[in-house]
Order: sequence, then structure tokens, then C-alpha cells
Amino acid sequence: MRKIAIYGKGGIGKSTTTQNTVAGLAEMKKKIMVVGCDPKADSTRLLLGGLAQKTVLDTLREEGEDVEIDDVIKAGYAGVRCVESGGPEPGVGCAGRGIITSITLLEQLGAYDDCWDLDYAFYDVLGDVVCGGFAMPIRDGKAKEIYIVVSGEMMAMYAANNICKGIVKYADTGGVRLGGLICNSRNVDNEREMIEQLASKLGTQMIHFVPRDNMVQRAEIHRQTVIEFDPTHGQADEYRTLARNIENNEMFVIPKPLEIEELEKLLIDFGIC
Amino acid sequence: MLLKHTPKEIKERNALTINPAKTCQPIGAMYAALGIHGCLPHSHGSQGCCSYHRSALTRHYKEPVMAGTSSFTEGASVFGGQANLIQAINNIFTVYNPDIIAIHTTCLSETIGDDVNQIVGKAVEENKVPEGKRIMYCSTPSYIGSHVTGFSNMVEGIIREFPVSTGTKNRKINIIPGWVEPSDMREIKALAKTMGVEIIMFPDTSDVMDAPQTGTHEFYPRGGTTIAQLEAAGDAKYTLALGKYCSEAGAIALENKCGIKFKTLDLPIGISATDRFISTLSNIAGIPVPQSITDERGRLVDMITDMQQYLYCKKVALWGDPDQLIALTEFLLDLDAKPAFVVSGTPGKYFMERMEQLLGKDMGGAKVQNGSCADMFLMHQWIKNEGCDLLLGNTYGKYIARDENIPFVRMGFPIYDRVGHSYFPTVGYKGAMYMLEKILGVLMDKQDADSSEEAFELVM
Repeated sequence: MRKIAIYGKGGIGKSTTTQNTVAGLAEMKKKIMVVGCDPKADSTRLLLGGLAQKTVLDTLREEGEDVEIDDVIKAGYAGVRCVESGGPEPGVGCAGRGIITSITLLEQLGAYDDCWDLDYAFYDVLGDVVCGGFAMPIRDGKAKEIYIVVSGEMMAMYAANNICKGIVKYADTGGVRLGGLICNSRNVDNEREMIEQLASKLGTQMIHFVPRDNMVQRAEIHRQTVIEFDPTHGQADEYRTLARNIENNEMFVIPKPLEIEELEKLLIDFGIC
Repeated sequence: MLLKHTPKEIKERNALTINPAKTCQPIGAMYAALGIHGCLPHSHGSQGCCSYHRSALTRHYKEPVMAGTSSFTEGASVFGGQANLIQAINNIFTVYNPDIIAIHTTCLSETIGDDVNQIVGKAVEENKVPEGKRIMYCSTPSYIGSHVTGFSNMVEGIIREFPVSTGTKNRKINIIPGWVEPSDMREIKALAKTMGVEIIMFPDTSDVMDAPQTGTHEFYPRGGTTIAQLEAAGDAKYTLALGKYCSEAGAIALENKCGIKFKTLDLPIGISATDRFISTLSNIAGIPVPQSITDERGRLVDMITDMQQYLYCKKVALWGDPDQLIALTEFLLDLDAKPAFVVSGTPGKYFMERMEQLLGKDMGGAKVQNGSCADMFLMHQWIKNEGCDLLLGNTYGKYIARDENIPFVRMGFPIYDRVGHSYFPTVGYKGAMYMLEKILGVLMDKQDADSSEEAFELVM
């Protein structure tokens, strides 16, 4: 089983990209579990056709220790197993601790056991890795592969670079590696070239350039992935390509984070035409 | 062999503290809360914290210490402790019916960011706080400061909740006694009464943590400062804060809230500090010092002079809490003894400044350490290298006393293995005499035990 964590700046499109990619892999008959690691619990909405299942932490709160695996994992599009960690309301409690609790509980419940015959487990993690809890998916050799969703906007690239620093920290002990950058286009000038350059400076690759298309919005409004909503649309093929690239990816590196001056120079070199 | 683990050779340590002279903040907060009448302390955190803090106090005071806990589980850690605390407030007022709940936080509830003020507001809004019942609170994360900080924080919590300024002064004098024994608080009240000064003292653990055995268990013993007294503290003419670390923050809060001037004094332990306490109290109240107190002082001076030969130049190692250590150091200097090694585990710059004032430039040759890395391990090494004649501090010194065969007088918090501290004061002239009797007792016992047959004296 390949365990993959998706990181990236908040609002960059991690959940949308993850679910569409997962749909692409599911089309390829892969068995997949998606673990949403965001207190908002909206990481599996497109696969489930809405916010359907109870979160792990909700269940834990109500049932105490007697949580059953079927209470928290629901099958979505093409049999993808979907689970949401959930977490506290904004402004109270400790969401980071929630992720730790939830992932530990999933392990105890046997969500990753061989009997499920999983090819992939995806962790979709809240954008700002603000504390140790949000690094849980890459601790102790859980997820071995990370993809960072990024765009050509300054703050997205800055966040990607920061996440690389986190990866370096866990790379030695946990064995986690960066698999590549996924560019979720915002139609920034020279975006493809800039992200390719950023990837190469980080020592990785841009695994796919996902163009911006309003079809993604339309599918989201219908609570579906593009692949389910309009399988013949060109955007669906983009996600299929991304899924294939991840399936065939063999480039796993410990990234070399950039100094801030270097990052800004990159923006000037490519961003000002 | 088991206890002889300290090597003589001193090596520099950067990352290791062994036997620090401090413990958790909530222990202090709990003790301060117990000095308020009809108050049930409540620990907002996991059960283990509360159990430890209660047992630490029980072992020292030999009294049952009641306290509630929010009983955090994994769920509370993730979702926040609001539901637990509101439930706890409801349960406590329903089942145990205290006048006041004193909530303090723990490392866990602090770190997840629980806002006790907001939660208490919510409890009031949901009618969980019956008419006339009160809640006070303070933050006590143990990764900051020490048990002394926790005491001080709860004193501030008391000030935040109770004193009100009505505009009419009541001529009373507030005394914040600091973290001293119930016997000490009793003695402070007795001294004020002898002088004819009307005081409001808070917290006051006398008749709570030294309650008489009557055959019936009183959940809320007779003692403790009452709500009426605490409210009246806002109209007092002056506040005396005894001990900078335990009491000054409260006095400042009270000045800010009710405009009451204050003065911070050292704890009135030993002769000089007691002199300052008595004369300040006399000046502020405008009442002369009565003959009986002057006589008491005279008896102390007599005792010191009579026994001077046994005290002169005796090297003393002392450890514990800063307010006590400052006063004890001055007392030892007054006795012509030599404070040689001093360890305080509570962080704060003032301690070193005050010690330098007392001991002189470069601590007058004494070795003093202070703060979260200060430890008794290094003090033990100093003793191994340079020797000393007397140990003065809490129970944790007994390992050193046994290892080095040095006379040991227990003083401060905690004292887990002897009695007396709750019953016999160390403050005031009487307290100084009691302490002196203990010190002379162990020094003379040692002399008796060690002297050759021909030097063994009947009369000392």
C-alpha cells in the first residue's frame, strides 16, 4: 500500500485535487482510502456526494472507546473508502491533537489492515501545518510520499517551500519523501515554467500542471468529482493524467528548501514579463 | 549505597536538572484557594494532575484536601474542556454546595487554549451558578514559574473576583501573608490583634489546614477568609504584601482595581524582617507597638545572645522558595551564621538582587542559584566539596543529610516526613524562637554525638 499525504497552502485546492485524482485512480481499479485531516471535515464530500459520514472524533466523543470501524468509514465513488478525522469548532480545543487521536484510532481499528487490500491511502491535511498534530500523517513512517499542491502565486510557493522544511525534518527518521509538486493553475503569468523551476530548485518535479477550468466548480456544486460528473470533459482527462503520473512516479526525494531571497528572485525572474 | 549517588566532582551541565527546588503551579493555586472559607478548588485538566496536587498538599499538611477535576479525556483535549467544566460546575454546586469554586488550569487545558473566563461566563448564562455562589479562577500552566507562581496567580484571582470599592474606607489593613503555614497565618493574626490593628488577611488557611479533630468531618472547615471580608478588602486603607513572589502581584492588582496603596515586605521570618513588619504595621495603623511584643522580641534577642557561640560562623545550606529563603538568609546573618549555599527553584531576577543586598557584593562568597535549572544536585556537590554545618529546607534535603551526616532542620514546602510545621509558627518573634530552638537542638545533638568523652558537656 502506498500512503500519500497531500499538503499545500489553505484554499489552494488540495481537497478538490485529491478527490479528483483519487477518482482517476479508482477508475484504474485501484483500491483507495481517503483520510481527511481537516477539522472542517470536507475532504471527502465529492466522493461521497455530500457530507455524509460521522467523523472519527464525533464518534469518539459520543461512543467513547467503543468505536466501530463501520461507524466512521463509508464507501464513496467507485468504492473509495472515505473517512474524516473531524475536530473541534473554530477557536476551541486542539485540532492538532484531534488528528493524532484520529489516526491512532484508525490504526487501532484496523483501517489499514491487509484484509482491505488497499493500493493507496491518501491523507488530505489542513493547509497550514500549524503544529505537530498536522505533521502526524508523515510521522513514524506513516505516509511515505508527499505531494504539495501549489500555484504560481507568491504565498502558495512560500507555503510549499515551508512544507518542504517540515519534510526535511521528518525525512531522516520517518523516511518520508517528496514525490512532486502539483500545480493547480491560477492563470498566473509563466506559471508552468515558474513551478517547474521551483520544483527543480527543490530537487523534485512538477508532476502535473492542472489547468484552471470552471468545470471543476460545476462538478463541486453537484457534489461530484469531474470524473464522475462529466467523464468526457477535458478536465477529467487532466486528473486522469495526474493519477497516472502518481501511479507511475518513481522520483522520491528529500527536498532542498530555498532561502527566501532565492524564492523571491524566482518570482522576479518569471513573474515580471 | 542507594542514596549515595552524587559525585563530588562538579561537571558543567546544560540540559539536565536533578532535583529542582520547585513543583507544579496548581499546588500553590490550590493552597491559596483553601484559605478562602467555603471554597472548593477545581482543577481544569486531567484527573492525574488533581490527584497529585491534592496528595502533595495532604502529605504536607496532614489534612484531607478536597478538589474537583474536569477529568479531561482524549475527547476533551481535542474539543476543548468547556463541556466538562460546565458539567463540573453544575455537579459541584449541586452535590458539594460550596460558597465558591476556585478554578485553576493545568498544562493541558492551557496548551489547548481553554478560556476559563469565557467558560465561566457560559456557565452563568446557562444558570449553572446558583444565586449567591461565586467562581474565581486563574491560569496555572506548570511550564511557567513554580508552585509559588501558582499561589500568586490564585491570589490575583481572588482580587479579580471579590474586593469592591464602595467609596467609603473601612480603616482596615489588608495583609496578604504569602505561602506560609496555617500556624504562621494564625500568628500574624495574633500579632495584629495584640497590637489592636484591624486586619483582613487573605488567604487564611488557619482552621482549614490545621483544623481541630472534633470527631466529625467538616467538608468546609470553620476557617478561611469569608466573602464579606474579601469584599471589604476593597475599602481597606492599605495593603501589606508579605513576600514579593507570593503576594506582590495580588497587592498590585488590588491597587489597580480599588486604588489601595500597598507595601511589599519580606516574609516576617527572623528578627529583622519581623521588626520591619511590626513597625510598618504600627506606622500605617498609627498604633504604638505594645510592650508585650517588645518583650517577646527581647526574649528572642536574649536567646540569640545566650547561644551565640553555637551559631557563630556556622555554614548553612538552604533551599526552597524565594520569599522564605530571602527572610531566612537575613535571619542567619543576624545570628552570625553563614548562609553558604542557597537554591531557589522559582524563576525571577529579584531573588538574586535581594540576595546580593543581603550577602554583599558577589554574594559575599556564598553560592546562590536560582531559576528552573537550579537544583539540589549541585548544592549537594558544593557541600561535598566545601562542607557545611546545617541544612535548612524542605524534606527533599534528607538524602543529603543522611549522605553527609549533617544536622537538618525542616523548613518550607513540602515537609512530608515530620510534623510541627502546621502547628508552630516560624513568623514573628515567637516563630524565630521556635526556629532557633530547632536549629540549636540539631547543632547541639551533633556536638554531643561527635564529642570525645572528655569533651562531652553536661551544661551547654
